[in-house]
Amino acid sequence: MKEHPSQLFGVMGEFATPEQILSAAKQAREAGYKHIAAYTPFPVEGLAHAIGFRWTAVPLLTLIGGLGGGLTGFGLQYWVAAITYPMNIGGRPLNSWPAFIPVTFELTVLGASIFAVVGMLALNKLPQPYHPVFNVERFAHASTDRFFLCIEARDPKFNLAETSKFLQSVAAEHISEVKDEG
Amino acid sequence: MSVTRPPVGAPEIRRLDPVLEPGHTYASVTDKIAAVVLTRPLGIGWLAGFTLTFSLVMLLFGSLAWLIVKGVGIWGINIPIGWGFAIVNFVWWIGIGHAGTLISAILFLLNQKWRTSINRFAEAMTLFAVACAGIFPLIHTGRPWMAYYMMPYPSTMGIWPQFRSPLIWDVFAVSTYGTVSLLFWFIGLLPDLATLRDRAKNRFQQLIYGALALGWRGSAHHWHRYQSAYLLLAGLATPLVLSVHTVVSFDFAVAIVPGWHTTIFPPYFVAGAIYSGFAMVLTLAIPLRKVYGLEDFITMRHLDNMAKVMLATGLIVAYGYFVEFFMAFYSGNKFDVFLAQQRLHGPYAHYYYALILCNILTPQLLWFEKVRRNVAALFVMSLVINTGMWLERFVIVVISLTRDFVPSAWGRYQPTFWDFSTFIGTLGLFVMLIFLFVRGLPAIAISEMRELVAHESHSGGDHK
Repeated sequence: MKEHPSQLFGVMGEFATPEQILSAAKQAREAGYKHIAAYTPFPVEGLAHAIGFRWTAVPLLTLIGGLGGGLTGFGLQYWVAAITYPMNIGGRPLNSWPAFIPVTFELTVLGASIFAVVGMLALNKLPQPYHPVFNVERFAHASTDRFFLCIEARDPKFNLAETSKFLQSVAAEHISEVKDEG
Repeated sequence: MSVTRPPVGAPEIRRLDPVLEPGHTYASVTDKIAAVVLTRPLGIGWLAGFTLTFSLVMLLFGSLAWLIVKGVGIWGINIPIGWGFAIVNFVWWIGIGHAGTLISAILFLLNQKWRTSINRFAEAMTLFAVACAGIFPLIHTGRPWMAYYMMPYPSTMGIWPQFRSPLIWDVFAVSTYGTVSLLFWFIGLLPDLATLRDRAKNRFQQLIYGALALGWRGSAHHWHRYQSAYLLLAGLATPLVLSVHTVVSFDFAVAIVPGWHTTIFPPYFVAGAIYSGFAMVLTLAIPLRKVYGLEDFITMRHLDNMAKVMLATGLIVAYGYFVEFFMAFYSGNKFDVFLAQQRLHGPYAHYYYALILCNILTPQLLWFEKVRRNVAALFVMSLVINTGMWLERFVIVVISLTRDFVPSAWGRYQPTFWDFSTFIGTLGLFVMLIFLFVRGLPAIAISEMRELVAHESHSGGDHK
């Protein structure tokens, strides 16, 4: 392991209820901060929106996965039944499309589901075993009952003293520096 | 928003039981559910249960090994009854799985809050039931090592699967169902695995749960995409679950065998699947809440609701039985009429009467609130319904095959020891996996329970 000088990643404050963190996040936006992250033990409605996150590609990826799965499914069956392995059974049509619907449907759902899950994980950059916020000892409560707001050091408006003061002004508890030791 | 509360001052409207007993906080629900996995010592009951079910799994492995050595001749199947226990058990198991998906996907889309505390183990039940179901089509082929012939791949022989056959549809339907159920279950578990990682009591737990949690940290950005993916998966799983049992019913309905060739099969199979699945959820939930003291989370409200779903789907199934009879006579087809009479008077009539008793008559007791609120009665009822649903598949598979068009082709079916040992072995496998699951993973979705706490504390405030 190489020794890295630890860098400042951001300043983090803690809240006890979803309402508190929501209002703090809104105030942070209003104060002009851009790089804000919130960590909560369950999804808080409106929080992602409040910190400036509006659009996710997950539905689009799911659509692409579904279309891809469906087209692959039908294409495979058509190619097998009508082109590469045709079987003349009493002169019935080779492209008997109604019989191909169940497999087409199943592969549509399969493609869409895999794209939804893998796409969600990839966009979230998971798996990611290390993240600076894990260095904060109290952060273990983020998966139980505490709500954390972190203003990151890469924010142009970031200033250790000022930002800490700001967090204090929105009633955050246990304000601490987040160090990146990566 | 608060569905649970009748209007203030409304006379004669009884308050429904809460979905979550009052007084819980984010930390208390987390502690209670996580403790079952992280700190609770292994009791004698768990060890005894695990040992028993593990020996049944050994029985399963023994039966499968003997089957591979000797072939399907060790079973009771013959010509004309080529489908015996293997298909009966396959349909029964796959049907049981359907309630898990119904609870996790359909009730999610319908915004039913009471699903929260039962969805996780219902999904686990789905996975384990699909695992048990998957064994049977594989082994009933007689040469399970050739099963890969069913997959479309460019073989040197130049042959391809017949995509117009329901049996190939089945391969795709069941494997898709298994995969999507696993994905749904896993992303539901992700935040809870992070909770277990953060509360791990030793290095081993920390490593295992840490690796499985993929570094989940509850970021608001992550939650946003997560919820989007979860909602989409629920939307995808809903038509999927209906399609799976529809395809399973096509295995029968597409054939011309009397008693199978009917259009009522898809909806009636789906209803039957949900019926037996809810019965199995009750069979598991009742001991689970008792043993691990989870009565605050799985309340009487849940049991009552599940009993109502069973009653409703049971009535659909009863309607299915009625339509089968009606259509047989209405069609005037002499083979169909004969088969209907065979169910009532044939050599397997006692199975049919047992089926009517288990699936139609007994569940009518669920109309009474006293029965729905009696935990012991519900438990017995759930076992009765599961038996009934197994008998239903036996009646469908066996009676039709023993009596088809030409009397010279009639036969009889007698299951052997190996039929029973394989079936009982899969029961053991299922229960063993449940045993491992309740001690290895949170049996109730913790993060969703915290959401419920937030919601309850909100809606509680303005009414009190």
